[in-house]
Amino acid sequence: MSITPIDRLEFIRITAAATSVRKDTKSGVSVAPSASVTRALALRVNGEAVRLDVDTRVTLLDALREQLQLFGTKKGCDHGQCGACTVHVNGRRVLSCLTLAVMHDDDDIITVEGLERNGVLHPVQEAFIEHDAFQCGYCTAGQIMSAAALLNEPCGPSDDDVREQMSGNLCRCGAYPNIVAAIQSARGRA
Amino acid sequence: MPSRSVGRSVVRKEGRGKVTGAARYIDDLTFPGLIHARTIRSTIPAGEIVDVAFGFDTSGFTLVDYRDIPGRNIVALIDDDQPCLAERLVRHVAEPILLLAHADREALLAADVRIRYREAVPTYDATTSPIAFKTIAIDKGRIDQGFREADVIVEGEYRTGHQEQLYIEPNGVIAVPEHGGVTVYGSMQCPYYVHRALKVLLDLPDDKVRVVQTETGGGFGGKEEYPSMIAGHAALVAIKAQRPVKLVYDRVEDMLATTKRHPAVIRHRTGVKRDGTLTAIDIDAVIDGGAYATLSAVVLSRGVIHATGPYRCDHIRIRGRATMTNTPPNGAFRGFGAPQTQFAAEVHMDRIAEALGIDPVRIREINALRPGDRTATGQRLGRDCSALAVLRETVKRTDFKRKWRAYARLKASRCLKASRYKEGGSRGIGLSLFFHGAGFTGGGEVKLASKASLALTDRGARILVASTEIGQGTRTMHAQIVADTLGVPYDCVDVNAADTGQVPDSGPTVASRTCMVVGRILQRCAEDMRERLGRLTPREYLKRHGPLVITREYERPTDMAWDDNSYRGDAYGTYGWACDVAEIEVDRETWEVKPIAFTTVHEIGKAIHPVLALGQIEGGSAQGLGYALLEEVVMRDGRMANAQLTNYIIPTTLDTPPIDVVILENPYKHGPFGAKGVGEMPIDGPAPAAINALRNAGFDLREIPATPERVMVSEKQEPRHALHA
Amino acid sequence: MLRDEPTLTPLAGCTDLYVALNFGTLKDTRFLDLWRLDRLRKIELRGGALSIGALATFTDLIRSTLVRKRLPMLAAAARDVGGVQIQNRGTIGGNVANASPAGDTLPVLAAADAVVVLQQAGGIRRVPFDGFYTGYRQTVRRPGELIVGIEIPPVRGRQFFRKVGTRAAQAISKIVMAGILGPATGSGRTARIALGSVAPTVVRVPRTEAALASGASIEAVQRTLMEEIAPIDDLRSTAEYRRRVAANLLARFVCGASRG
Repeated sequence: MSITPIDRLEFIRITAAATSVRKDTKSGVSVAPSASVTRALALRVNGEAVRLDVDTRVTLLDALREQLQLFGTKKGCDHGQCGACTVHVNGRRVLSCLTLAVMHDDDDIITVEGLERNGVLHPVQEAFIEHDAFQCGYCTAGQIMSAAALLNEPCGPSDDDVREQMSGNLCRCGAYPNIVAAIQSARGRA
Repeated sequence: MPSRSVGRSVVRKEGRGKVTGAARYIDDLTFPGLIHARTIRSTIPAGEIVDVAFGFDTSGFTLVDYRDIPGRNIVALIDDDQPCLAERLVRHVAEPILLLAHADREALLAADVRIRYREAVPTYDATTSPIAFKTIAIDKGRIDQGFREADVIVEGEYRTGHQEQLYIEPNGVIAVPEHGGVTVYGSMQCPYYVHRALKVLLDLPDDKVRVVQTETGGGFGGKEEYPSMIAGHAALVAIKAQRPVKLVYDRVEDMLATTKRHPAVIRHRTGVKRDGTLTAIDIDAVIDGGAYATLSAVVLSRGVIHATGPYRCDHIRIRGRATMTNTPPNGAFRGFGAPQTQFAAEVHMDRIAEALGIDPVRIREINALRPGDRTATGQRLGRDCSALAVLRETVKRTDFKRKWRAYARLKASRCLKASRYKEGGSRGIGLSLFFHGAGFTGGGEVKLASKASLALTDRGARILVASTEIGQGTRTMHAQIVADTLGVPYDCVDVNAADTGQVPDSGPTVASRTCMVVGRILQRCAEDMRERLGRLTPREYLKRHGPLVITREYERPTDMAWDDNSYRGDAYGTYGWACDVAEIEVDRETWEVKPIAFTTVHEIGKAIHPVLALGQIEGGSAQGLGYALLEEVVMRDGRMANAQLTNYIIPTTLDTPPIDVVILENPYKHGPFGAKGVGEMPIDGPAPAAINALRNAGFDLREIPATPERVMVSEKQEPRHALHA
Repeated sequence: MLRDEPTLTPLAGCTDLYVALNFGTLKDTRFLDLWRLDRLRKIELRGGALSIGALATFTDLIRSTLVRKRLPMLAAAARDVGGVQIQNRGTIGGNVANASPAGDTLPVLAAADAVVVLQQAGGIRRVPFDGFYTGYRQTVRRPGELIVGIEIPPVRGRQFFRKVGTRAAQAISKIVMAGILGPATGSGRTARIALGSVAPTVVRVPRTEAALASGASIEAVQRTLMEEIAPIDDLRSTAEYRRRVAANLLARFVCGASRG
């Protein structure tokens, strides 16, 4: 047998995480709410311990924006298709619109507001300003969070390698050439 | 004398806010007591509303329909034909009928409204639609004579599809009832369009309506006229509920309900001599306006004026028609009619060259407009005409002629059967030459009578304009113009929010007019201010004379004339000129088209901020490549069937090739520091360049987007031959 | 808990599930969070088979030297899933459970004769991949059962993977093909070929495989494949395109250099 079954204890432990999620109707506009259940969470957001009571159906994105007033993380599509809501969870970049807040008890979350240290911009933020790597700015937090994570990921040296790793973040202004240049310059600095 | 900022790439005014997440967009704002609104929309393309039933307890809700409108039930724009809320007739899917509002968003979204309709037969084909919003005729010379002079006549029909603006921030506003009127905050390009529409809708005087633009996450024309609609909705609810109201669309609703680029069908019939000289250009263009007129008349106008491409010809006949279909209204999108008509013109030009057996560069060299030539409307071009310069620079830079011949030879020698299993693709290179009129068409700028103000501050000056920053760099570029004219450092110029309560009406932020037209008015303000200051510093002047605000209005250059009835005269103050070369590779197994290199040379008068100008050109080119190859709105029964980002495909960074941009400067005498417009022109050229590259690779396409499915089918087609006269 | 309330839908990365929820195409309202079951994330060799825990993310697959060495086409497929943010959260178990005909890794698992390991409180059962899907978004997973892993027996031969999406990245597939071409046997060659987005479920193409084994000409094998699959026109592509591309990819795979 090559897969070890999870034992009964572990199976019971899973139950602690059972949750319910909202259900929307076809247009993506209306919601038929099921019974709302609230759970208490303790997590770290931008280095600070945070306690939250969240509706178990709420996404991490909505919890960050509406409960913690961290508006830097943007909602571009709410369906995991644009990358504007990218944040770091335990050091890895994820889409905050595609994960439930309730699943992040005890996790370490970093948003764009958490990159700056004592008024000093993160090297990626500096590089984005220097290279004018944005226009309207709406995808920018997501681009920057992806880029900041990329600095610590295995990624080849070429512009094409950067492009592949950044392909999950749409920019309709088409600032892509400057985004790639900014990331390459930040990598050089890091 | 401080160092000049014009021509240098200074730091964007709003740069830090955008990289730290501090910039506040409409969905980031809230007000005490705020409630949320939702739009109930039609589910049929054409018919009558029979009745409306509420399948929920309406207590605690604010309900608004057309009967709650205090003024006129229209979205005031040009034709005033579009209701803010449908009364009885419904003309398209997703037409707004009712508004609901509630403090609790879940309750709001759960509310079940049932509407019964009596359905009518919808019209979907723009070319056969009996209703025209606008027809335009342009005549130059005598078309019959032109065809008599021709040795060869080349005909063709070209089609372009819808394109969704797809700004990453969806449309949204907040309306706050206050002072017996309403204040609307929102994501928008044109605060005074919204201001005027609200006055008409709500029957309020000027000073009871205030519109404030919040940081705006992209527009591309999609936030030119549509915000007047959504602002009207939010304002109606706010006034009825007497509470602040937020109305922010989600992505699906935004794609289903808001405007897109007009689809077009354009027929060309061209007479040409054997040596390549054009003798007659006969064009018929139909654009699909959708269900209401919105801006279709002016989109058509710009479209037909650009329909010949940047070529000279003595005999021209252009007929344009914007017609009604039962689909959501189409509207402004960067380029505004010109991308459609110049796509047709430039693909057709390559087919003319093919018919004559000459290369794509030669046919353009022979016919490109030169200083002193007259355009289709009879406008005599001045020294700021640069068609040949951009063509020659692009051709040289890309080694175009050699590559074009090499790929054409490969195509000719390729045996498809034998090559089927080989790795690698078929390559092609294509070129497009195009121009774009800057500012409003014809007498538009005179009618707008835009104003700009400059207020003296301790450090320098504050700019007061209604021009909006939507990513293109308005604040930065205006501040540079003012700083250098006034003689103060760039950092000493700040920019007021685009708030109709504080700034004059500088006209809309559209039509590549923000730098050339509004920038010029600001320059005149700064010139006057500098004169008033004399030898005093701003601080000294304020101490001695008190506050100083200078306001100036648009002045038409005395050398311009336009007749709107005959469509003759100077259609635009000036034109930008550009040439694109796209090099593509077609995967032989999958017909996927990969742009591998893209070069563009743009003559824009003067680059006030080179990096911002490059950004406009790169971004417009990327959107143009999306238009050419990827972006397809699938309309089924009058409804966008692919209204989500997974199925409406815009370019990712991997779909965007390296873009080589060259900026040429040939100053326009009435532009600030010589600047012309730049924002829109870049999107006119990529589609024909890419399609011409496909032709070079052996694929004959007349329609965009050139999806792999269309490329596959085009391979089967036999090359069509020209008709010999 | 799954035993007590078998209609709970297990979730982990949520990258498919939450899209369905937001679009309202999913009726379920009760879910079970599995994300923290780290032991279901292991990728290891067990008794000669490559054993992949259901919670292994696409990033885990891309970075795993074991996967890259034993089943490079799976690493290639994982790289083609969404952007890095999706790869960091999306899991192979989720891809299998979601049962989309367009699931990027599914043709790889089908071609590799993978086995799906299911567990419920009572014990474990193993289902060959070929028998796992019963229809459009339907599987043999019983209420109360959890996918805990995927086992892939040793693969001999050249591997091939190609996803044809709607654009260069972040795309849903129009057609996906995975294949394993074994050594020549007599006149023909053993081949295992699977396709996605050409039928209600991921499919193997036994008649095409048999034609290849019989030593038929590539043109004949392509014709068999085009008859054997029944793709449809939809929002993303056309039936004709899918058929012709499938035939071309097959030729590239059989006649071309190795990929994946």
